[in-house]
Amino acid sequence: MIRLVGIDKTYRVGAHPLHVLKGLHLTVPPGELLAIMGSSGSGKSTLLNILGILDGYDGGEYWLGDALVKDLSERKAADYRNRFLGFVFQSFHLLPFKTALENVALPLYYQGVSRKERLRRAAEHLDQVGLSDWSGHLPGELSGGQKQRVAIARALVTRPRVMLADEPTGALDSVTTQEIMDLLKRVNAEGMTIVVVTHESDIAEQCARTVFLKDGRFEGER
Amino acid sequence: MAGLLDGFLELLDVLLRNRVRTVMTALSVAWGIFVLVVLLGLGRGLENNVRWMYRDDAVNSIWVYRGRRTIPYQGHPVGERLRYTNRDHELVEARVDGLEKISSRFYPPIPDSVRWQGKIVAADFRAVHPDHRYLENTLVETGRFLDEADLLEKRKVAVIGVQIVGTLFGDHPPIGEWIDIGGAMFKVVGTFRDVGGVNEESQIYLPITTAQASFAGADRVDQVMFTIDDAHMADAVAIEDEVREMLSRAHGVSPADRRAVRIRNNVEEFVRVQSIFDMLAAFVWLVGAGTVAAGIVGVSNILLVSVKERTQEIGLRKALGATPGSIVRMILAEALLLTGTAGYAGLIAGLLVVEGLRRWVPENDYIRDPDIELSTAVGALVLLVVAGCLGGLVPAWRAATLDPIVALREE
Repeated sequence: MIRLVGIDKTYRVGAHPLHVLKGLHLTVPPGELLAIMGSSGSGKSTLLNILGILDGYDGGEYWLGDALVKDLSERKAADYRNRFLGFVFQSFHLLPFKTALENVALPLYYQGVSRKERLRRAAEHLDQVGLSDWSGHLPGELSGGQKQRVAIARALVTRPRVMLADEPTGALDSVTTQEIMDLLKRVNAEGMTIVVVTHESDIAEQCARTVFLKDGRFEGER
Repeated sequence: MAGLLDGFLELLDVLLRNRVRTVMTALSVAWGIFVLVVLLGLGRGLENNVRWMYRDDAVNSIWVYRGRRTIPYQGHPVGERLRYTNRDHELVEARVDGLEKISSRFYPPIPDSVRWQGKIVAADFRAVHPDHRYLENTLVETGRFLDEADLLEKRKVAVIGVQIVGTLFGDHPPIGEWIDIGGAMFKVVGTFRDVGGVNEESQIYLPITTAQASFAGADRVDQVMFTIDDAHMADAVAIEDEVREMLSRAHGVSPADRRAVRIRNNVEEFVRVQSIFDMLAAFVWLVGAGTVAAGIVGVSNILLVSVKERTQEIGLRKALGATPGSIVRMILAEALLLTGTAGYAGLIAGLLVVEGLRRWVPENDYIRDPDIELSTAVGALVLLVVAGCLGGLVPAWRAATLDPIVALREE
């Protein structure tokens, strides 16, 4: 589902170029639950941004399914993000003035789906994460775990090719963390390809495979 | 992008759920337009008051009276009063540039009363030319005013003020009745009103040729009055000097004698008042422009703050598939809807206040009939909305092109 071929990325900050990613190769087959582990400064955020089509790269190729993600226009990048990817963030990023249901429906707005259909599909996905009873609540009225479940429903609502989760449990306590991991595993079991970026080994251990990133290179996997 | 209606609903939703921001923006826009409308209304009230003060006589008129000599010249002694004739009228008519309407006035030397079927009523008489009605702002009530044919044929016709109509005729219709003036019978062909008041409405107008012939006037004229067109308003003083010089030469008056040919120059006075008013109008516009400018800055500023406040939201929307264009469109459409609606509300409120002032403020010396041209107010509104949104374009575009990673990390 994802194929990285010699991905290279250098930041030019001032006089000293910063070589962040040094020729990464990675293949993620469909339906895999992959963890990318690395300490801060390992290049893991940069890799996540490239995977999320939020940032470009200097060399190599990034294949997402049958689509080559390279030098895209802003419009094309927005379209790919919308149709191919689902994002789950550490700090949830729900719009505070929209209800849980409307938050889940938001990506469909950018696909031009009618309001009625949007809300119908959003309700379906909210039900899958067990939050049907909370659909009318604003994010401020939900617990951290509930917020992340809403965010997961939002990531799934467009039926993307890959779900990208950036420290999905970083803001949660241990009990809730396990709930979210169980939910991700269940979603994965239903066929969704998931890439989790984390620095916590007990999160990585629950994934089918883990690759370790260090100084811009993959150094071994589990 | 989903359908137009859907986009509109999404927009409305965002506005309604961010009440504080919405209300603050709306208030600043509405207030700006409100102040502007009220200011312009009051300015118009001042202008109307000036016009009202000069409502009786034509503001563009110059009146030439018979004065007395103050300097002996060519055998004429001091204190001698000038005698004008029809020739002086013709002279002025032929020579003055920009002359519009002209009339002479002859006061027939007859008793100041009029008789009808044995009734006697006091009246003043003015023997004039047809254009006289433009000089005195005479408003014909029934029938007609004097015309050229009356003068040519020296018809014995009269146009009488409504004050005389009431006292002399009561309920009897006056048109076609014959009245006794100085021993001669004149037929009533019209009645008139005059904003100048009771005194003006107690006048009787006669054709000047008829009066000169009937009442031993020969070609005598007591005063000559004329109006000048707008293009020559600024030359009023020069015209006055030219007329004085012309008549002085014709009557053997010393060039240094400024009192013999006595002139009342309404134009000069009006131009002076008008210039004060023009300054006032300029001031009102200045304040108005300042208000609109402040409104534009305010709208742009609020848009800037709102965009900053929403950096995370914008970053998230981009991650979920919003294009930069759709972000700019979203912010501008919100701004347009908000400022447009608020500006409209301010416009209506301002118009209501101006209308209220017009109706309920008692008569006074400063403001009369405050009023505003709708096109001006709407123009100001459109300017504010469009310029404000253009001001918001820069922050909107910056937000739209902002790196979503950076935007999402912002706290």
